[in-house]
Amino acid sequence: MSSIIDTIKTSSHTISGITDTVAAHTEHKENIFVELLHHTQDSPYLEVPFGHINLPHFPPVNIFGIEIDFSITKHVFFLWVSAIIVLFIAVAAARKNTKSKIPKGIGNFIEVFVVFIRDEIVIPNMGKEGVRYMPYLLTTFFFILIMNLTGLVPYGSTSTSNVSVTAALAIIAFVMIQSSAIRQQGIGHYLAHLTGGVHWILWPIMIPIEVLGLFTKPFALCIRLFANMTGGHIVIVSLIGLIFIFKTIWVAPIPIAFAVGINILELFVALLQAYIFTMLTSLFMGLGMQVSSSKENSH
Amino acid sequence: MLDINPGLIIWTIVTFLILMFLLTKLAWKPLLSALEKREEHIRSSIDRAEKAARDAEHQAAENKKHIANAEVKASKLLKEGHELGEKLKAEIVEKAHHHARHMVESAKLEIEREKEAALLKLRSEVADLAIIAAKKIIGETLDVEKHRKVVDSYLDELPKN
Repeated sequence: MSSIIDTIKTSSHTISGITDTVAAHTEHKENIFVELLHHTQDSPYLEVPFGHINLPHFPPVNIFGIEIDFSITKHVFFLWVSAIIVLFIAVAAARKNTKSKIPKGIGNFIEVFVVFIRDEIVIPNMGKEGVRYMPYLLTTFFFILIMNLTGLVPYGSTSTSNVSVTAALAIIAFVMIQSSAIRQQGIGHYLAHLTGGVHWILWPIMIPIEVLGLFTKPFALCIRLFANMTGGHIVIVSLIGLIFIFKTIWVAPIPIAFAVGINILELFVALLQAYIFTMLTSLFMGLGMQVSSSKENSH
Repeated sequence: MLDINPGLIIWTIVTFLILMFLLTKLAWKPLLSALEKREEHIRSSIDRAEKAARDAEHQAAENKKHIANAEVKASKLLKEGHELGEKLKAEIVEKAHHHARHMVESAKLEIEREKEAALLKLRSEVADLAIIAAKKIIGETLDVEKHRKVVDSYLDELPKN
């Protein structure tokens, strides 16, 4: 593991960096893909043309026996870049739309998404009460979308291709799903729901299953987003890597054509995954919120 | 690759929460309220337009009805006017006839009366003339009064005219 980290530190991770890495490891080809995979991973520096910029590094903090490293890494940096882009776009849209009655330009563009999320995701899944959670779902959608897209920019990186980032998003989704359910049903109904409505003898089986069920949904959200965003990048890097495996420039047009194709697909996947994450979170929140009403109807 | 970095998780959560707070305040609330306001405006505009269209239709129907009524009334009035005219005409003609007849009759009466007066006068003239003539012929022998009576009775015997 430490030797890999050394390699990461010594090699630049731009395409030229990959060339160096590949050149240094020509004797064992099986390492090329390991090196390529590291390109998609977090690093303590930013890749810029002609080298890299080191990001501030803090010593790990020990909280409750867990070593927590608050260093600003590449993914933290792009997390903030994405947040600033979202903030800028959304505020510009809001300014524009509150000023004039007829939405134009950026205001109209953002409103298309807002209306879509409200009318096609929130209201069908959660009903009218779901509109209260619109700010959370809108933030999730736009934040994930922009984070997905920043990786497609040269020298950019996709924060959502890091499992810690998607895990954090899933933790927030978990909290929102549970709190909206508790708020809608009350704590009593919420806990009663965990028994699955079966005979008390079965509770020792039912309760662990239901509790497990609570965690699997956000876990699936986390892994789905992470895998999708990582997968596309690995495919692109692998395609470019073919040039170095074949060690000839004449093969380049084919992998580049494929990589362009995958890049276009990635644009779509970025939007699709942001939509899926938002839609599923809304669906899970809606399920928790509507359990009580369906129960009351059946009794 | 699946290493969990707690620092990154905390950074993500903190970033997300700050972003959500700022966006809710600065973007989503104004955006959603502007959207709702606009939707409300559009809805009310459509309602108003529909109501206006309904009113206009109603008005048009009423106007049509009014026009039809007016036409009926006008034709009735025309007919009545015509009838009245006919009646008046007949009356006037009748009156004129009547008047004419009356005039003719009164004229006839007048003529009759004039004629009678003229006859009377003629008769007295004739009597006087006869008396004078007789006096001249037979001198002053005859009493004027007596003669007159004789002449009168003679004249009475004469056929009238």
